[in-house]
Amino acid sequence: MAGVILAVDDSASMRQMVNFTLKGAGYEVVQAIDGVEALEYARLHSVDLVLTDVNMPRMDGITLVKELRALPSYKYTPMLVLTTESSQDKKMQGKQAGATGWIVKPFNPDQLLATIARVL
Amino acid sequence: MSLDLEMEEIHKIFFEESFEGLDVMESSLLNLDVNADRETIATIFRAAHSIKGGAATFGFMEVSNFTHGVETLLDEMRNGTRPVTPEAIQLLLQSVDGLREMVKAVQAKQAIDAKRIALLADEIAQLLARHPGQLAEAATAAVVVAAAPGPVSSASGPADAAPEFLAGGPGWVIEFQPHRDMLKTNNEPLRMFAELERLGALRSTAIVAEVPSLGSLQPDACYLRWRLELAGAVERHAIEEVFDWVDANSTISYQLFGGGVADAVAAGVPPGAEPAADSELAPLAVIAAVADTPLVAAPVAASVAAAPAHKGAVDAGSIRVSTTKVDHLINLVGELVITQSMLSRFADGCSPDELEKLREGLTQLTRNTRELQESVMQIRMLPISFAFNRFPRLVHDLSRKLGKKVELKLSGEGTELDKTVLEKIADPLVHLVRNALDHGLETPEVRLAASKPETGTIELAAFHEGGNIIIEVKDDGGGLNRSKILQRARERGLVAADAELSDEQIHHLIFAAGFSTADMVSDVSGRGVGMDVVRRNIQDLGGVVQISSVEGRGSTIRIRLPLTLAILDGQLVRVGADTYVISLVAIVETIQAQKDRLNAVPGGAELFRLRDEYIPVVRLYDMFGVEPDSRAVEDGLLVVVEAEGRRFGVLVDDLLAQQQVVIKTLETNYRQVTGVAGATILGDGTVALIVDVPGLVQVFNASFTGRDTLAA
Repeated sequence: MAGVILAVDDSASMRQMVNFTLKGAGYEVVQAIDGVEALEYARLHSVDLVLTDVNMPRMDGITLVKELRALPSYKYTPMLVLTTESSQDKKMQGKQAGATGWIVKPFNPDQLLATIARVL
Repeated sequence: MSLDLEMEEIHKIFFEESFEGLDVMESSLLNLDVNADRETIATIFRAAHSIKGGAATFGFMEVSNFTHGVETLLDEMRNGTRPVTPEAIQLLLQSVDGLREMVKAVQAKQAIDAKRIALLADEIAQLLARHPGQLAEAATAAVVVAAAPGPVSSASGPADAAPEFLAGGPGWVIEFQPHRDMLKTNNEPLRMFAELERLGALRSTAIVAEVPSLGSLQPDACYLRWRLELAGAVERHAIEEVFDWVDANSTISYQLFGGGVADAVAAGVPPGAEPAADSELAPLAVIAAVADTPLVAAPVAASVAAAPAHKGAVDAGSIRVSTTKVDHLINLVGELVITQSMLSRFADGCSPDELEKLREGLTQLTRNTRELQESVMQIRMLPISFAFNRFPRLVHDLSRKLGKKVELKLSGEGTELDKTVLEKIADPLVHLVRNALDHGLETPEVRLAASKPETGTIELAAFHEGGNIIIEVKDDGGGLNRSKILQRARERGLVAADAELSDEQIHHLIFAAGFSTADMVSDVSGRGVGMDVVRRNIQDLGGVVQISSVEGRGSTIRIRLPLTLAILDGQLVRVGADTYVISLVAIVETIQAQKDRLNAVPGGAELFRLRDEYIPVVRLYDMFGVEPDSRAVEDGLLVVVEAEGRRFGVLVDDLLAQQQVVIKTLETNYRQVTGVAGATILGDGTVALIVDVPGLVQVFNASFTGRDTLAA
């Protein structure tokens, strides 16, 4: 099932990679370079899934998830945290902020698609 | 686009990003020298972290593996468990160098210098091992793991008997009690069960005992729990993965049937039960879920809050465009400028009514064209900080090596100039700064003896001045030693023994090829290679170098460069029927040429007395073989130009307008011509050659070989 995915990462190569993979699978992808930009977009548009990096300037991924969850229209939107942090601590912070789940980098395109298929 | 091509593009972005990240790491590491604030460390960490993540994703494992150690070190610094020592900074700086080389090699698809990397990785490992910070954590982790296959929990109940559903075969019984708020994070049990079904036949039983009456029921709370029976020889790991996102808040227990202990071991399950994460809520637990074992997490460094924006405002909202595209655009705009000036001329021959409207339109076109040209030019402009950024590191390393104390001051880093100019000026600047450090600045002892502050200063400044950019390299060292330079120049036969030279001419001798006054040749400088290259590079850019120096007080090298290579502020001059362009930067003044001040010297050269100085005269019509209005000197004008610290008079018939001209290279359409820097198309469609002033000097010198040019 296709949908609109908001991909948030400060690294252009990561964004491209995610964009390329997801578009290939028929999703529509909107990119944002950090939490601030993502939040701004999400407030004005509707997205079906948020896929965000953790470490970003201005606003990190955890804060983004927290902010988004506080918005009525994103109460039940799946949000995945995409990060190299596989530490339990980070995952828990993500959960507490309201993230649906996480994808540990490095991932391959198939993994990414499989994980997204779990929630969308 | 094909997959490979697309990936290649993405890789390209990754490489660029990595280099940027490494630059950020480097400059921030140098800042750590001064003050070790957490923000800076976080910035460095984040850069390393991104490189590692990207490298791993794109399969550059050597890069990723090496960066891992660097990241761990930085993480400890960030968490405050490791002090920021000069030793660690030095090692990190070396690692940045190593990484840069490695990324370059990967980019060029060449073998990496494995030995160097292994050595560095070793040093990092040693440094890491020397500190208890991370070790304590790892030890704790090990203890937890060791304790994991602990006592069998006192579970009892129906779970002990194999359920019918499994029909005697291997299988699992999973008790899943989700957290009340699980649905709020969009974790949907149905999806998890669907996934379990892919692993084997599943029977799920919902336990509704805890569902409250309708009045007190919250629609988005999860009151259900499940008993799941999964048939098949499924690895526990696969099941855990399904519950990965929820297991920390939920109570999950796994019980294996039919496989026996041996199977359980094969499936990676400890032969016994682990203590339940939340035992009071898991009465049925035989093997309770423990979240990911800490060992898995330990090698990957933890991260705290996101670092501050390291790119700052400079990078905000930027896009990457290939320079070829921009160059094409600039070319087109150049053509547009020419067309516009052609049209302006055409307007002169129209009828009065038409003329009014045409003029109006043309005025607008002129304004728009100029604005368009300016903004297109702006695309190619980059702040000079791109060139300046490498100096803190260079000075840091070099001053250590030379045992000198230096403070580097940068100013005007935001001054913008053309990317091509920027790239070509970077190396000459390195030479100049090195020279200032090596030759210019004295050792602390010498400085103190001369009652100067122990720490020397090198200043790098950039600023705009009348359509040019000025870059100054200033040091407060010993200054140029006039007599030493003169002596060395005489020894080398660069200057006649009896020649009288001005300070400026002497200073310019340091630009002669192979010239060095260093007593010892070091790997820093002294080979005399460099300054001549510096001068040539700057001249190639249409720039000029000036040196001023006071013995004992220091030297200033001043480079004046055009802002861009695509357009030139030109003075149009006329020789006979032809128009030529001379760069305004090179012109000192223009004077009426009086015959009585012109002296012919043997060999055919002519010298003009300009106040108290004699300057050689180049008759442009001779140079280009055209017919002038008049061959009499007093009918023409003498344009005094300066190159290589020398002045020249260029004889022309008349001065025309000053205007910006779009430079077209001759090479692309014809071939290189001595004395000509390029060509441009004027408003009337004619081609005008751009005079290459430094080239003229060389041509002039060449035509009077055998003579000592400086003493001429």
